Amino acid sequence: MTDWTDIGALTDIPERGARVVKTHLGCVAVFRTADDEVFAIDDACPHKGGPLSEGIVHGRSVTCPLHNMVLRLDSGVAQGADEGAVNTYPVRVEGGRIMLDTARLRRGQVA
Amino acid sequence: MTRNLIVIGAGMASGRMLEHLFETQPGAWNVTLFNAEPRGNYNRLMLSPVLSGDKTYAEIVTHDADWYKAHDVTCRFGEKVLRIDRDAQVVVGENGVVPYDRLVIATGSNPFMIPLPGHDLDGVIPYRDLDDTQTMMALGVRPGARAIVIGGGLLGLEAAAGMKAQGVDVTVIHVMGHLMERQLDEAAGYLLKNALEAKGITVLTGANSTEILGRDGRVCGLLLDDGSEIACDLLVMAVGIRPNVTLAKASGLAVGRGIHVDNAMVTSDAHVLALGECVEHQGAVFGLVAPLYDQAKVAADTLAGKPATFAPKEVATKLKVTGCNLFSAGDFAEGDGREDIVFRDPARGVYKRLVLEGPRLIGAVMYGDTADGAWFHGLIKDHSDVSDMRDTLIFGPTFQGGAPSDPLAAVAALPGDAEICGCNGICKSTIVDAINGGATTLSDVRAQTKASASCGTCTGLVEQVMALTLGDGFEVQTVKPMCPCTPLTHMDVRRLIKSRALKSMAAVMQECGWTTSCGCASCRPALNYYLLCDWPGEYQDDDQSRFVNERMHSNIQKDGTYSVVPRMWGGITTPDELRAIADAADKYAVQTVKVTGGQRIDLLGVKKQDLPDIWADLNAAGMVSGQAYAKGLRTVKTCVGTDHCRFGTQDSTGLGIRMEKALWGSWTPAKVKMAVSGCPRNCAESTCKDVGVICVDSGYVLHIGGAAGLHIQGTEVMCTVKTEDEVLEYTAAVVQLYREEAAYLERMYKWMDNVGLDHIVERVVTDADSRRALADRFHHAQTFMQQDPWAERTKASYRALYAPLADLTLEAAE
Repeated sequence: MTDWTDIGALTDIPERGARVVKTHLGCVAVFRTADDEVFAIDDACPHKGGPLSEGIVHGRSVTCPLHNMVLRLDSGVAQGADEGAVNTYPVRVEGGRIMLDTARLRRGQVA
Repeated sequence: MTRNLIVIGAGMASGRMLEHLFETQPGAWNVTLFNAEPRGNYNRLMLSPVLSGDKTYAEIVTHDADWYKAHDVTCRFGEKVLRIDRDAQVVVGENGVVPYDRLVIATGSNPFMIPLPGHDLDGVIPYRDLDDTQTMMALGVRPGARAIVIGGGLLGLEAAAGMKAQGVDVTVIHVMGHLMERQLDEAAGYLLKNALEAKGITVLTGANSTEILGRDGRVCGLLLDDGSEIACDLLVMAVGIRPNVTLAKASGLAVGRGIHVDNAMVTSDAHVLALGECVEHQGAVFGLVAPLYDQAKVAADTLAGKPATFAPKEVATKLKVTGCNLFSAGDFAEGDGREDIVFRDPARGVYKRLVLEGPRLIGAVMYGDTADGAWFHGLIKDHSDVSDMRDTLIFGPTFQGGAPSDPLAAVAALPGDAEICGCNGICKSTIVDAINGGATTLSDVRAQTKASASCGTCTGLVEQVMALTLGDGFEVQTVKPMCPCTPLTHMDVRRLIKSRALKSMAAVMQECGWTTSCGCASCRPALNYYLLCDWPGEYQDDDQSRFVNERMHSNIQKDGTYSVVPRMWGGITTPDELRAIADAADKYAVQTVKVTGGQRIDLLGVKKQDLPDIWADLNAAGMVSGQAYAKGLRTVKTCVGTDHCRFGTQDSTGLGIRMEKALWGSWTPAKVKMAVSGCPRNCAESTCKDVGVICVDSGYVLHIGGAAGLHIQGTEVMCTVKTEDEVLEYTAAVVQLYREEAAYLERMYKWMDNVGLDHIVERVVTDADSRRALADRFHHAQTFMQQDPWAERTKASYRALYAPLADLTLEAAE
């Protein structure tokens, strides 16, 4: 089951930047890359919970602002020697609007 | 059976030939060695260091009496050869006749003396051998001695610099428009002239001599064609050499400009060989040592009956004058179908020019930074196709993609006599000997050989020689690339940004061949800083390339909240400011209120979405961001000075406030902390700050390069100044120099370690023009930087960025 929700305009997010979406399951960081690709992942680094939305975005990766762990935006997996992963959420852009699949983020949807 | 070999001339070429011969055919020859000079073979190239006092004659002897004895060489030094009787196969010397089976003529060259009126006066000498060198050295003993050098070529300039080092007042007269015109183009010649003039040598280019003036049979001056007269006690003519063919010509050998030899170094007489500066091979004559050594090998092989062929190679030139690094190789005249690649860094006095013809490099001229000389020289010699690396060619081998050559392999391939250190004329074998003799560190090698001890540009090469010789015992400290996106170092990138006028991050990544599409978390903040620093007012600061603290203008804490620190100029606050801070702390439920080490107040635990509001409140109370998060000016710590303290010598608080007001807002490579102490008791702890001022009765002592973090480092004294205005000018200048030269994240003390305090003092203290220019550039940049980031970010357009994009918790609650 999917539940596409309009969470804002693509231009609300700076290029190579991120904004957060607050949910009952914690914040989700929605990223916009230099190529206008959009990705959504948990806004908490698997290392020490750093706010990934504040990290520097490069290519399809983000570097956590607290201790520089690098995570892939598309897979949520840590790069290099680090281990760990964050949840990723389906997201797409339609007519300049960002649609996030909130099926797994709604209250009571936790398995 | 032992055969008789006579060698006429004990120079470097014949000496090298004998070494080969004794190695490959020990005992095969009974050698008689004639030499016009009353001594054996010494390293003529090292006469300049002898002249300047860096070396003694004993140190430059190649073959001493023991060596000749060990190889049973009959030395007839100082004996003139009268003639050669080729029919009888004998050489007739002043002291008797010697028969030969083979004869080697190595009579070298004669210095060319311009037949000016007066050229035969006493005190007019060439620069050719040890006697000339000693004459010049003797002059230095006399106070106020003056010398003229005619000839601004390699030899003339070495003579001039050497005599200057001995304390002689030297004027160089050069007929051409710029120095060393055969090796250098005009731009490099200009830099060289400046460098020599900075040493105190007078250089007159485009100057024609008319007459050498004498008194009582001795030189006393030189008359130029413009009518001016220059007085001197010694006149050195260094305008070139001519092959010495007198003896060969008299004996009927084929002679042109030099003694004709074939590829095997054999003259027109099969029993007679010739080599060195006296020969002419395929129309060419020789003046530099490298081809002469090749000839020596060929001649030795020919004598041993082995086939060998001499093939002249491109030769490169280096000037052995400490502090003047220049290198030239190949052909660099302008011409049809030729293209130039030029790199200039006027501030550092660096000039590099490559000349390409089609896909090949045919010439290279470098001044100031000659580290890549050997590599360019190799490309010229090998006629390599350089089209693939044309764009980055001028930056040398380090910047070429892939691994075209293992630098160690290139160094391994260098012969023992390859010069590694141009400043001190140290060749590879000297360094290898020192290492084999127990030198295991760079400083050992420096101490023992002086290699890389002068200008340091050859340090990398020396380290590579060490790596080769010591094997695993030595770890080369390779320059670290900026990040995995590029093989370039921070300094390379900074240089490229300036030299190629790269004004956007995209331009840098494109032009420097970044391997990633938009960099990484390491290089982006660095590039953003470099561009901001180098192109004030032109480059647009990129928030997304900043660490979160600088993007948010607050320090992120471990729980994702932020800390807010308003500026307190010089550590001074007021009851009103304190009330506003207290109100803000209450209103935004600040978790912790902390007094910082930088004499201000930190409000910890502010939520991101509250930041614009708390800033607006603090702004309203007249406070601005303390930039406690920035790679920029943090605080200027002060003591109370003459306002209150019974020991205070100056108004340290007032000065601290002035400094903070002048310097806030600027971005720097790493954080900058300052302090002003009102007396040498140093209560503001100025001696562990990046810039520290200690007030004294007579003025202000400026300290730089302290740190008290991971690394504890006391400051060094930069200078003492008299007024507050000077403090501000000097401080702006030193901060600007640091901004322009340091690598990103490099604290001031680290930068000072790299460039040296002397360099900083030279640019900021000694050279007033340089200081003013630096301060001007700083103030220009400040006109774009001194805007309170809080005030900007409380505007509506920014506020949204601090709020969530969407809040699904609200939606779900409905």
